Amino acid sequence: MSDLTTKTAVEIAALVAGGETSAVEVTQAHLDRIAAVDDRVHAFLHVDAEGALAAARAVDERRAAGEPLGPLAGVPVAVKDVLATKGVPTTVGSKILEGWRPPYDATIVERLRAAGTVMLGKTNMDEFAMGSSTEYSAYGPSRNPWDLSRIPGGSGGGSSAALAAYEAPLAIGSDTGGSIRQPGAVTGTVGAKPTYGGTSRYGLVAFSSSLDTPGPCARTVLDAALLHEAIGGHDPRDSTSIPQPVPDVVAAAKRGASGDLTGVKLGIVTEFSGEGAEPGVMAVFRDTVDTLTKLGAEIVEISCPHFTYALPAYYLIAPSECSSNLARFDGVRFGLRVGDDGNRSLEEVMSLTREAGFGPEVKRRIMIGTYALSSGYYDAYYGQAQKVRTLITRDFTAAFEQVDALISPTTPFVAFPIGARTSDPYQMYLADLFTIPTNLYGGPGISVPCGLSDGLPVGLQVMAPTMADDRMYRVAAALESAVGTFTPPAL
Amino acid sequence: MTTTLPAYDEVVARYEPVIGLETHVELGTRTKMFCGCPTDFGGEPNTRVCPVCLGLPGSLPVANKAAIEATIRIGLALNCSIAEWCRFARKNYFYPDMPKNFQISQYDEPLCVDGYLDVEVNGETVRIGIERVHLEEDTGKTLHVGGATGRIHGATESLVDYNRAGIPLVEIVTKPIPGTGALAPEVARAYVTELRDVIRSLGVSDVRMEEGSLRCDVNTSLNLPGEEWGTRTETKNVNSLRSVERAVRSEMLRQASVLDAGGRITQETRHFHEDTGDTTPGRSKETATDYRYFPEPDLVPLAPDPAWVAELKAALPELPRVHRRRLQEQWGLSDLDMQSVLNAGAVELIEQTVAAGATPAAARKWWLGELSRRANETGRELADIGATPAQVAELQGLVDAGKLNDKLARVVLEGVVAGEGSPTEIMTNRNLEVVSDTGALTAAVDEAIAANAAIADKVRSGKVAAAGALVGAVMKSTQGQADAKTVRELILARLGVEG
Repeated sequence: MSDLTTKTAVEIAALVAGGETSAVEVTQAHLDRIAAVDDRVHAFLHVDAEGALAAARAVDERRAAGEPLGPLAGVPVAVKDVLATKGVPTTVGSKILEGWRPPYDATIVERLRAAGTVMLGKTNMDEFAMGSSTEYSAYGPSRNPWDLSRIPGGSGGGSSAALAAYEAPLAIGSDTGGSIRQPGAVTGTVGAKPTYGGTSRYGLVAFSSSLDTPGPCARTVLDAALLHEAIGGHDPRDSTSIPQPVPDVVAAAKRGASGDLTGVKLGIVTEFSGEGAEPGVMAVFRDTVDTLTKLGAEIVEISCPHFTYALPAYYLIAPSECSSNLARFDGVRFGLRVGDDGNRSLEEVMSLTREAGFGPEVKRRIMIGTYALSSGYYDAYYGQAQKVRTLITRDFTAAFEQVDALISPTTPFVAFPIGARTSDPYQMYLADLFTIPTNLYGGPGISVPCGLSDGLPVGLQVMAPTMADDRMYRVAAALESAVGTFTPPAL
Repeated sequence: MTTTLPAYDEVVARYEPVIGLETHVELGTRTKMFCGCPTDFGGEPNTRVCPVCLGLPGSLPVANKAAIEATIRIGLALNCSIAEWCRFARKNYFYPDMPKNFQISQYDEPLCVDGYLDVEVNGETVRIGIERVHLEEDTGKTLHVGGATGRIHGATESLVDYNRAGIPLVEIVTKPIPGTGALAPEVARAYVTELRDVIRSLGVSDVRMEEGSLRCDVNTSLNLPGEEWGTRTETKNVNSLRSVERAVRSEMLRQASVLDAGGRITQETRHFHEDTGDTTPGRSKETATDYRYFPEPDLVPLAPDPAWVAELKAALPELPRVHRRRLQEQWGLSDLDMQSVLNAGAVELIEQTVAAGATPAAARKWWLGELSRRANETGRELADIGATPAQVAELQGLVDAGKLNDKLARVVLEGVVAGEGSPTEIMTNRNLEVVSDTGALTAAVDEAIAANAAIADKVRSGKVAAAGALVGAVMKSTQGQADAKTVRELILARLGVEG
């Protein structure tokens, strides 16, 4: 493992800017690392070595020409395969998009390029971001660098595994019910879900439009904040994008790094007191609460009575939207087409394409969603779930009148063995028990490593009010300053 | 047809019709509803497309403000209330020319609701209630190739053109219209005509039925007097004003014959056939798709600022009814005369002809006379007859200048309609100008006098009325291209007789 691959984004950017190394060297070091370990980790679905080296050369040329470089120039980044990348395969972890090369870049990808970051490739994910382990990827699971027999979380397990395996210092994820935070937690990395609308969804292949939020993944809180700053902000191509500047998350992370949380009031959610969570995870969480108290934070318990209904509401809203969003995958204009032998009708070809192209979990959710939106059932299911969503939002609003942020374990259990939860969808859905309320509310949440349970990472989740993303970075950075970062065993 | 249809008079004597109309109008905005692609008609297939209107994975819609403004203006012109807050909704169904396999439309929260449009039928004003006006996106077009008929049956390939996909469409739905009795077909036509005129006056669409920028579905039902409304059918493919009238009438007759035979009307979609004038069943509503409408999560709710709406209302142009009343006064027409202008669909044509320099009387004469006759003969709309108001005004100018007489002008007009060029060009090319050169005319007159010496003597002896025969001879020899009055004067002068 080269020195360059263990460095943070901040360190790499400084080395490149100072001329102590070049962006090409940094990129090559990471490409070498990928070549060395990714057959075991399987974090990447596509490595774009040529594109990465070209981008790195461009950064080096700009530096040589004396042009100003941004704070992340020359830093490699791995992008979850849910974002459209011009000319670079984008599969969303599904067979139905195998071989599709988008004719356009997602806004976030454009911003990554503009920031001078170097895209290494596209990372593995549960098909259409539906899952918590990457086991639902049509291209096989990624593996957790802490224990290759275990899952790296999901849906963005490829991105978090790439970070933990030192294949990339930065990664992009997307969080619909916890797909950034839960993989962060189980791989000992940092994952932040920004405020909904704080990062553009243009070019993010939709799973659930009202919940999907792209965001940053990194090994340190400050790196995550820098990446958040680079990709965030208003995008006129996304109507749900908030026309306001990103809160100053970088300053907040720096402030938090001093380790002082005096005057910060944090709430522990009563309803997340441990039911359904592993005792080891709850033990680490209690230690973390003590640590936060020592850092000066005031801790109170706070009830959010409707959080109990978050999981069922989510599993109506997200599938409903997905049943509509995924209708466009029909073999007519792009991706897989099955059965077009000249004898079959259009409807048959569409049907065969979808039958062959979607995996079982995606089909399950399309069917649930189709049912929930059907005439005669809409009010009882989708309509009711939206009411629950409003109540959960009220719980958050009321809580934030009393505290600055809420804290919980990110996920009820540490990385589980591959295959342990695939036979019962509900057991898989429980992985997002603590992360889903934030998505329904639309606020920001971050997972930061806080300790180990049986040698496996546990994450602390910090939830903040909408457009107060800076608060969660401050708390996360303070905790990081106290407990440090966590390094997996050598691969 | 195997059944014999009852007579229309008998049908309306026994049954009461209820009609309703759903009209789709393609807006003439510069760009599409949810992306920046141009909307101009024509263009090679799939050249006016982008990731958004192709529904590529990851793409997102952004609503077109100009389309929202146009819809609000239509709503205001139709006396609707404008929603202070409303949403787009997804209408989910699979169809290959619909890129996302859902259409962004509006469902239970339309932009404009509860208005009316007054139309005149036989001098009576009928108030048509407007249920709603909402905004949605158009689909692409599928072309089936390889078969004999161009239909999907027998085709070997289906090609899809997405140029039209995403063009803003406004849907205008009337409330049910009962109580129009025998006039139902005419009311339907009058409504669509009036609606077209209103929308055209707003300048938001070219509302051309033949190009599909105005499309109409007609709902029809019959009931016995005093009983509940009957089951309705929805007739699609109604592509001209004349067809609107014919479709209602045809469906009334068909339903009456079913009911007379003790049958029941099936709630269904029917297709109107321009050639035969009747309707055939399409898909039945019982097996219709469940569209699974839900609020479009990719778009934020629309909340038009009431001050903006008030501004738009204040800036509405003079609406056609008001405009027509003003024209009637200017043109000095009786109600009956104005009605015949309206019935002929000639208001705008006459107005434009007057604007191009003709007198109202002359403009009306051409459009209601010769051109209406030709329109009726060929089954076309007057506006599509092939002559423009500018050409008609030019023609009248030639008459006024004495270059054409009435008969020659008609010949020239035929040339105009046939597309031979401008009236002046046709007159010159076909050598139709009135012979006004006195030298040539004098020669013709002398010739006629010499050939009809006996008649000439009669005239000389004071029987001036006999000169008519000589005028006729000159007109014949000049093939009608002389001005009869001039000829007569010349003859009398030549014979030394006072006229």
